[in-house]
Amino acid sequence: MNNIFVYIELEGSKVADVSLELLTKGRELADTLKVKLEAVVIGHDVKGLGKELAKYGADTVWVADDAIFDPFRTLPHTAVMCGLIEAEKPQIVLFGATCVGRDFAPRVSSALHSGLTADCTQLEIGDHKDAKTGKEYTDLLYQIRPAFGGNIIATIVNPDHRPQMATVREGVMRKELAAKPAAGEERTIDWKKYVKDTDLAVKIIDRQIEERKIDIKGAGIIVAGGYGMGSKENFKLVHELADVLGAEVGASRAAVDAGFTEHARQVGQTGVTVRPKLYIACGISGQIQHTAGMDQSAMVISINTDPEAPINKIADFAITGDVNEVIPKMIKYYKQNSK
Amino acid sequence: MKENLKIVVLAKQVPDTRNVGKDAMTPEGTVNRSALPAIFNPEDLNALEAALSLKDRVAGATVHVLTMGPQRAADIIRDAMFRGADGGYLLSGREFAGSDTLATSYALSCALKKINPDLIIAGRQAIDGDTAQVGPQVAEKLGLPQVTYAEEITEIKTNTLIVKRRLEHGTEVVECPIPAVITVNASAAECRPRNAKRVMTYKCALAKSEIAADPESAAAKRVAAKPALQIIEWAAAEVDPDPEQLGLQGSPTKVKKIENVVFQAKEAKKLTSADNDIEALMVELIASHTLG
Repeated sequence: MNNIFVYIELEGSKVADVSLELLTKGRELADTLKVKLEAVVIGHDVKGLGKELAKYGADTVWVADDAIFDPFRTLPHTAVMCGLIEAEKPQIVLFGATCVGRDFAPRVSSALHSGLTADCTQLEIGDHKDAKTGKEYTDLLYQIRPAFGGNIIATIVNPDHRPQMATVREGVMRKELAAKPAAGEERTIDWKKYVKDTDLAVKIIDRQIEERKIDIKGAGIIVAGGYGMGSKENFKLVHELADVLGAEVGASRAAVDAGFTEHARQVGQTGVTVRPKLYIACGISGQIQHTAGMDQSAMVISINTDPEAPINKIADFAITGDVNEVIPKMIKYYKQNSK
Repeated sequence: MKENLKIVVLAKQVPDTRNVGKDAMTPEGTVNRSALPAIFNPEDLNALEAALSLKDRVAGATVHVLTMGPQRAADIIRDAMFRGADGGYLLSGREFAGSDTLATSYALSCALKKINPDLIIAGRQAIDGDTAQVGPQVAEKLGLPQVTYAEEITEIKTNTLIVKRRLEHGTEVVECPIPAVITVNASAAECRPRNAKRVMTYKCALAKSEIAADPESAAAKRVAAKPALQIIEWAAAEVDPDPEQLGLQGSPTKVKKIENVVFQAKEAKKLTSADNDIEALMVELIASHTLG
């Protein structure tokens, strides 16, 4: 009772990264609250995931296994999740902010009349005092998220309703094996109690799931490399930094022309126009043809050996130095300081 | 498809978050809407187009817009009428102030029960909150099935719709019975432009409170002569709600704290490749939430 639930999303038979990231965060929250971490798996042929989920800290793994749950449909998932929450009364429920999580978590919140905060970037436990009533609350979930197009950061709490629910995007939290594996005890959800025939009203006729495509247009953070990266081999550094920061990789035309990376990543006049919240330009001089495609970025960091490089005119932070030295340091200090 | 298919589009007038100033938030942490330019939420325009394209294909279908907001939100209803909607409903009143997504969907569901449409279409999400919650929450409150991230309604059958959905890594085609709630993705067809003739006709469309504000205006007189121009306006009491579930008190989520994230470093801050410079930068980026 009053434990933490993490909804486990499946991609085929594989657990989605976002769910493992949530387990890692959930483990930390559960330790702070001294409660258990429970994973909820709803799918088909999903038995035996307990061991993997235990590695990421799941004390209990709830399983509803039937063909009606795969592929995902809103209503059966909602019914099972609501039924289990009402029976087990978790205090916190976390979902990935994916097409699946963002589809059915709001329905669960609506059915249970409890608050849901979308796309949180940070989750913490803390106390709260209601400004009006003076009522004090301990150990609430702080749901921290940007709003208003990223212009503000809001901390949201659910003082009076349970469970406290939040969604988190993939790559926002870190995925890490638990210090010691948890029990991962599998328990079967008696889902037939919860799912009605009418929950099967929507029928899936066709599904076409493609490989992940390069999409630098929608990326919140872009790490872009230019000719100054030196070689195709060295361009991997750009990818390494991007992976660590959960960013997409962009490039200047010079880097694409030199064959360091593919054209789909080219930013600028003859490439894509991007407006990320952070643009890190690595070894890019900043010709107008390039900056035209990225000068709307909310923040620009440049790394260049030339302190007079044009890119520095639009940069918020201009690092004068060698990419081979600076990028590994950025990775190191990001890892050291991020939660 | 049934005759006289009644479609309601849920739409929101949103602050243009691309131009947010310092006074955008009230001291209580709610949005100070009057300080911002207001626009038709972009994905709600995609939703409107989906509805209008159904109206084109189904004889006798009607499209009405339902919005909750202050008096000036009637602007988006007029805009929708310029583009082809038959009319609209404005849900307005102090009782709704401070609503989170759940209180908003409750209020909308009360109005929808009164309208009793066959199909509800909404944008996937609004640009001021980006939550994508109101559509599914309304569907749950009304006990209806939902189809999210719709890109196209490809086929209309007797009592079902075939809808193509856009997912992260692909597409899915579903068959959904009506009534239902459909939320439309930005990748769907763009909304048709305003029609000049309709602009001439509907620029005088007014809501009750707008008429009351200036009853002697030429537009108010035209509405009096032609009731089809009237935008239906409901106060909270008129949609028969449980007052406990409205507005700030009906909202389970509370805003505890707001921090502004305004980057105004015009002059580039100069850093070297020294360890302490790079570490200070990464710490600053993490603290300002620029990096997850």
